[in-house]
Amino acid sequence: MGIVNLQENNSLIRELTDTRAVESLPFAGRYRMLDFALSSMVNSGIITVGVMLPDWSRSVLDHIRSGKDWDLARRHDGLSYLPAAPADNDSRQGDLKNLYHNIDFVEHSSQKYVLLANGSFVYNVDFSNVLRFHQNTNADITMVYHVADTESAGKNVVLEVAENGLVTDLAEKPAIYEGSKVSMSVYLMEKRVFVEMVRYTYEHGGQDLLLDGIIRRIGEYTIYACEHKGYVAHIDSTAAYYKANMDILQPENWEEIFMGDSPVYTKVKDEVPVQYKETASVKNSLIANGCIIRGEVENSILFRGVKVGKDVKIKNSIIMQRCDVRDGSLIENVICDKNVVITKDKWLKGAQNYPLIVTKNVVI
Amino acid sequence: MRKTECLAMILAGGQGSRLKALTKSIAKPAVSFGGKYRIIDFPLSNCANSGIEKVGVLTQYRPLELHNYLGSGSAWDLDRNDGGVFILPPYAREKGADWYSGTADAIYQNLNFIDSTDPDYVLILSGDHIYTMDYSWMLESHKMNKADATIGVFEVPWEEAPRFGIMNTDKSTGRIIEFEEKPAQPKSNLASMGIYIFSKPFLKKYLEDDAKNETSSHDFGKDLIPKMLGDNARLFSYAFDGYWKDVGTIESLWQANMDLLQDEPPFDLNGDWKVYSSNPSMPPHYIGPDAKVKKAMITEGSMILGEVEHSIIFPGVRVGKGAKVTNSVLMPNAKVEANAVVDYAILAQESVIAEGARVAGSEGAITVIPEGETVSAEANQQAG
Repeated sequence: MGIVNLQENNSLIRELTDTRAVESLPFAGRYRMLDFALSSMVNSGIITVGVMLPDWSRSVLDHIRSGKDWDLARRHDGLSYLPAAPADNDSRQGDLKNLYHNIDFVEHSSQKYVLLANGSFVYNVDFSNVLRFHQNTNADITMVYHVADTESAGKNVVLEVAENGLVTDLAEKPAIYEGSKVSMSVYLMEKRVFVEMVRYTYEHGGQDLLLDGIIRRIGEYTIYACEHKGYVAHIDSTAAYYKANMDILQPENWEEIFMGDSPVYTKVKDEVPVQYKETASVKNSLIANGCIIRGEVENSILFRGVKVGKDVKIKNSIIMQRCDVRDGSLIENVICDKNVVITKDKWLKGAQNYPLIVTKNVVI
Repeated sequence: MRKTECLAMILAGGQGSRLKALTKSIAKPAVSFGGKYRIIDFPLSNCANSGIEKVGVLTQYRPLELHNYLGSGSAWDLDRNDGGVFILPPYAREKGADWYSGTADAIYQNLNFIDSTDPDYVLILSGDHIYTMDYSWMLESHKMNKADATIGVFEVPWEEAPRFGIMNTDKSTGRIIEFEEKPAQPKSNLASMGIYIFSKPFLKKYLEDDAKNETSSHDFGKDLIPKMLGDNARLFSYAFDGYWKDVGTIESLWQANMDLLQDEPPFDLNGDWKVYSSNPSMPPHYIGPDAKVKKAMITEGSMILGEVEHSIIFPGVRVGKGAKVTNSVLMPNAKVEANAVVDYAILAQESVIAEGARVAGSEGAITVIPEGETVSAEANQQAG
């Protein structure tokens, strides 16, 4: 069974997550962040999935609904929502409390293994390989990591892994370097290990599954980790969000994530194919259905139903669903949230490493 | 089943032999149209949008892909507990089995289904036209006229009228006086759209009589409508003035696709009247750094590295570097490799135009590359 955790702290990505969880951030033209973990689970043959709801859950519920688009609306098993525990007089933060209060769901399931994943990553992983690895090593817990190719700041869990995959150290670091083995927040274990971990740690004052349940008790478990060699991005800041969107403009990443044998599922909408008019000029861009294009678009991602007027220039930007960029406007290094209207002849420009963010429903 | 006011029956069994290579392995209503749709999406979406909740789809020729595509009907919001889509292929009875031998016979053989839904009216549609239409207005007019039958008509240019079934009507009431199949000297330019609303008891009586008539070809246009007129039944016309296109030939299918590329398309796929279709799980399409795209419609899962002008691109299509695609329709997963040229052509699904190859038809003589076929550069040289 799979559990998707949608309770990432999102303090670094503020404007875009004012009214939504980071896991329901729109990504790559038509997806929401959580689609990647959820689709990977479904494609790996996981048929029981619990979704831990974040504080801002409306956009998540509206997106997943019955789970039908992921083939999770089943008579048996399928999708379950795991709501946050009531505040009561227990003011503890962290995900452990919510896992503890939903532990029935795990205990009563007929599945043998639990796979935990986090809804703020972009990847397309075959978890059935992780399960095979887990069974071969006899580990208590199996984690998945990727090797960082650049330096970056931001909290990440870094692993020390022996040649055979045994994890010798596990720590939360403020920055990562080229070659760091970075956790993808995927944990696979037997149900009884998971239930014991959640019960014991919570009842002994723990708050956070990773810190209190695993890192502090590292000596009690045999932990192995396997490497994922494909594309990975962790969306924990606006810069990471912007960079990951731009990464998807590389045809190899686009092919690997979306066009292999394991599709990424998302909520289906009935949008018309993109209409390119006489004056359109588009280069190196990802364009979602429902757009109508009369202007110039370069190195950009247009979500569903965006209108680009005549003599408009959009460069290095992310324009979310239903934005309307009217004639003569110039947009560069900008992230436009949903339903933004940019009236005629406006110039908007951010810096390349610090994109300008226009919040939802604004008219400029 | 609960009582139904209006039951729709879509005749989707036709072979569409004039679409040649495109219907070798699929029925005409399953042919791709407009970048992501299939022809049958139009009548089905019209039903869903007109509030018709029970739709029978009569299939016969090569039904596998069509049945698979329709599934439970959920794409059109027609997966209902009481109603939705009913797939109705011919079936065997105690005494032998019959294919559907004509449009009227197909409906006749499903009278037991019609009875089970207990409708007041039966709407009969065909699966080979592109149009968006609110059938509820036509039903309203049928009721107001206290008609036995109402036939959808469309004004065609006078010079084209001899190609159609033409209705001669009383100008003030719309009552149909005469029906002429492909008249050499047409008296009117109102063509039958192949859309009929019948009051159910009236339809049942005529179907049963027609089934007993051994000389009949069991066709609505050829047999039933003339018989009804002969009996002086109340037949009315309902004029439709939107976009309506028969896509029964390669040329008309190509033309209807191209119509969508006008700066102001003749009908708005983007409007409130949505056309639904079964959606593949594919990412937004990618346009490469050296690509040129204009006057085109492109959909999800495609990658365009070359040039595309005045063309329609379906999901999963690849257009390689330096390739040039103009005035063409590229159906799902068609592949145009680097430096290939495609002009005035329809590439059926999964076809491949190899590197450097050339496929060129002309207006009025569209080249069709059949499903799964590969055109190599060498083949071009041999052809001259």
